[in-house]
Amino acid sequence: MADLIRGEALAQNEWTWVKLPDSGEPVRKSAGKVVLFKLTGEPAAADDVIDRCEVPATGKVLIPLSVWLRRHEALAARVAAGEIGVWLDSHEEPTELADSLGGDLNRLPLIGVNFPKFIDGRGFSVGFILRSRYGYRNEMRALGDVLRDQMFFFRRTGFDAYLLRADQKPERCIAALNDFSTPYQTSTDGNVPVFRRRIGQKVPA
Amino acid sequence: MYRYDDYDRALVIERVAQYRDQLQRNLAGELSDDEFRPLRLQNGLYIQRHAPMLRIAVPYGMLASRQLRKLADIARRYDREYGHFTTRQNLQLNWPKLEDTADILAELATVEMHAIQTSGNCIRNITTDPFAGVAPDEIVDPRPYCEVLRQWSTFHPEFAFLPRKFKIAVSGTVEDRAVTYAHDVGLQLYRDDQGEVLVRVIVGGGMGRTPILGSVIHDALPWRHLPTYLDAVLRVYNRYGRRDNAYKARIKILVKAIGAEEFARQVNEEWQLERDGIATVTDEELELAAAAFQDPDAPARPARDAGFDEKLAGDRAFARWVSRCVRAHKRPGYRSVTLSLKPHGLPPGDITSDQMDAVADLADRYSFGELRVTHEQNLVLADVPLADLYALWQEARKHNLATPNIGLLTDMICCPGGDFCSLANAKSIPIAQAIQAEFDDLDYLYDIGDLELNISGCMNSCGHHHVGHIGILGVDKAGSEWYQVSIGGAQGNTTSLGDVIGPSFAADEVPGVVKKLIETYVSARTPEERFLDTVRRLGVAPFKARVYGESSKKAEVTHG
Ligand code: HEM
Ligand code: SF4
Repeated sequence: MADLIRGEALAQNEWTWVKLPDSGEPVRKSAGKVVLFKLTGEPAAADDVIDRCEVPATGKVLIPLSVWLRRHEALAARVAAGEIGVWLDSHEEPTELADSLGGDLNRLPLIGVNFPKFIDGRGFSVGFILRSRYGYRNEMRALGDVLRDQMFFFRRTGFDAYLLRADQKPERCIAALNDFSTPYQTSTDGNVPVFRRRIGQKVPA
Repeated sequence: MYRYDDYDRALVIERVAQYRDQLQRNLAGELSDDEFRPLRLQNGLYIQRHAPMLRIAVPYGMLASRQLRKLADIARRYDREYGHFTTRQNLQLNWPKLEDTADILAELATVEMHAIQTSGNCIRNITTDPFAGVAPDEIVDPRPYCEVLRQWSTFHPEFAFLPRKFKIAVSGTVEDRAVTYAHDVGLQLYRDDQGEVLVRVIVGGGMGRTPILGSVIHDALPWRHLPTYLDAVLRVYNRYGRRDNAYKARIKILVKAIGAEEFARQVNEEWQLERDGIATVTDEELELAAAAFQDPDAPARPARDAGFDEKLAGDRAFARWVSRCVRAHKRPGYRSVTLSLKPHGLPPGDITSDQMDAVADLADRYSFGELRVTHEQNLVLADVPLADLYALWQEARKHNLATPNIGLLTDMICCPGGDFCSLANAKSIPIAQAIQAEFDDLDYLYDIGDLELNISGCMNSCGHHHVGHIGILGVDKAGSEWYQVSIGGAQGNTTSLGDVIGPSFAADEVPGVVKKLIETYVSARTPEERFLDTVRRLGVAPFKARVYGESSKKAEVTHG
């Protein structure tokens, strides 16, 4: 079972993570125009695959962006009830989610960002964009290949919840949130760049 | 030179602890090799042909003598008493033991050093002009900006897992000595009419399989915006750079795919988010950084020295060394000295522990305890009094550090190649040695004059063969080692990529081919022309004719 860390503590996971059904084949994998996921060679799911995705009728559900984009009107009541969260895959665009919500991401209590492989660092920028550009303030959860060695970076780019990969030891992941005491640069955490902290302090001899 | 304070110290110590834990988990089987790989790479650790290889960061090439002594000591105790200086101004150890690597990093931390981000898909060590701060043609001293960017890039939380490695070079001189057009990002610092420092931002250059010169995406960025603007560049790249194919993952491929103009537009749009925000550098911050790079407390000296003039006139060997290894300095009575790590017959860039100790002593006695590493894999003592040059030369000679060949054919850039590197198509060090043996006659070398010969063992181009006046590339043909030769590449203000002269050669043919290229030049040159100028004036054809002309059977051995 995957453990959930929220803040710096183990937490109960009351959300069901809903994924797209297996499509059988990757679709529309093309290069060419300046369409972003096409440029990076990511497959986009076909509409029929998206429509086959089963979303539990009750309870808190974390659904794929593609499903959200096709069904958000139908889900309005559940959004109002705080039962809908949306997750983005590493190549998906935060802009699309923001546009579908009239710019107000805070209508969602939870946004997830998937890290399909831990070496895929796109999600860190997604986190930054959600927090800094769109002013998202609610829970932002790292999903997928969530390992202790990224914890420090997750937190700095705005994540505050982490659904660990099943083999991870939660107490060590929590410790890793504090691997470094004073990072050099700023990020979504508003950390003051170290050079500014030094002003007025003695320069070492 | 920049000195650590408590913040910097805490960071490297915490890094060692983090790495030690990762290493232990890997050795205990808790962390798979696949998952350990990117983590160890970000600490400079490759697993190579014979052993791990550890790449130690020398930020923008600046070293203190006590650091070099520590490197000598580490090489002695944990390796085979030598190290190798790289084209990114770093030092590599070729034979450390995996189990020792955390201890080595802990030792490095005691002298304010580390191996952070010297490898892996992250922002790498930033390189600059080895003559920064002392060059007479300097417009802006790049080092404070390099230090600001070193801090900005170290453990940047958004950019630790980029599509591919990311290399930044900074220059602040009339003559670009940092190869800014062949980096993922090249930054050229200059001043406007009011003296305000501006930055020309060049993106998407690089060598490797697809050599491309970068494009200017901002011609006049005020310096204080460097971190926020680079955040925007990196964010666009991190989001949209390809990740499906390692050979197409560098930023140059993205810039080429969408066009430099479109890339610049996206960056500019992204930049608005952080522009003028918290990461914008203030005057005080820059002053603080600049305080670390004040001129040494060097007494004023007369512009001329009678003793020096006398030795120069009377000692031919000394005069030769001065002509190649000594450069002008911005202050009268001082010079910058390049210690050659290219003695004929030894691997270019290699240095023994004893030599490191010797260089540290020379730096203490003659150059205020500091030195620099050049991307041509030599060492520089930047502030040597004119009056001390003769004594310095005599001592450097004793340690085989005074080969008077800087800028000449035998001052080659050469990657480790097949002797060490598991990616190699062919060996490169023996080729360098064979060429040095062929051109062992100093008079002939001097007659040939300025010439850059660069060798890479495969298309990854670690040896910068694309920008060599003569470039040699190891290629694999049906399992055997062959070499492709190109001419006309150059770094500096007239950066260009070389043209391949034709089918490739067997190893034993290479020195002869270089010889023919040189002979062609010598017979066709005008008095003021360097090899490169003659190639540019005449094109490849006469060189090709000379090399291939005599044996028509060569033409059959194609597909190089
Ligand atoms: C022995 C182990 C080494 C390995 C396995 C290795 C591997 C590589 C690879 C795979 C690339 C191409 C990356 C790309 O195109 O994206 C590369 C590029 C490069 N390497 Fe190495 N390298 C090694 C040693 C060195 C050394 C000793 C130097 C310095 C002398 C060096 C300097 C460079 C440089 C400057 C590039 C950049 C070329 C560019 O800008 O694309 N490497 N290396
Ligand atoms: S150029 Fe190729 S052979 Fe040489 S070090 Fe780089 S990867 Fe290895």
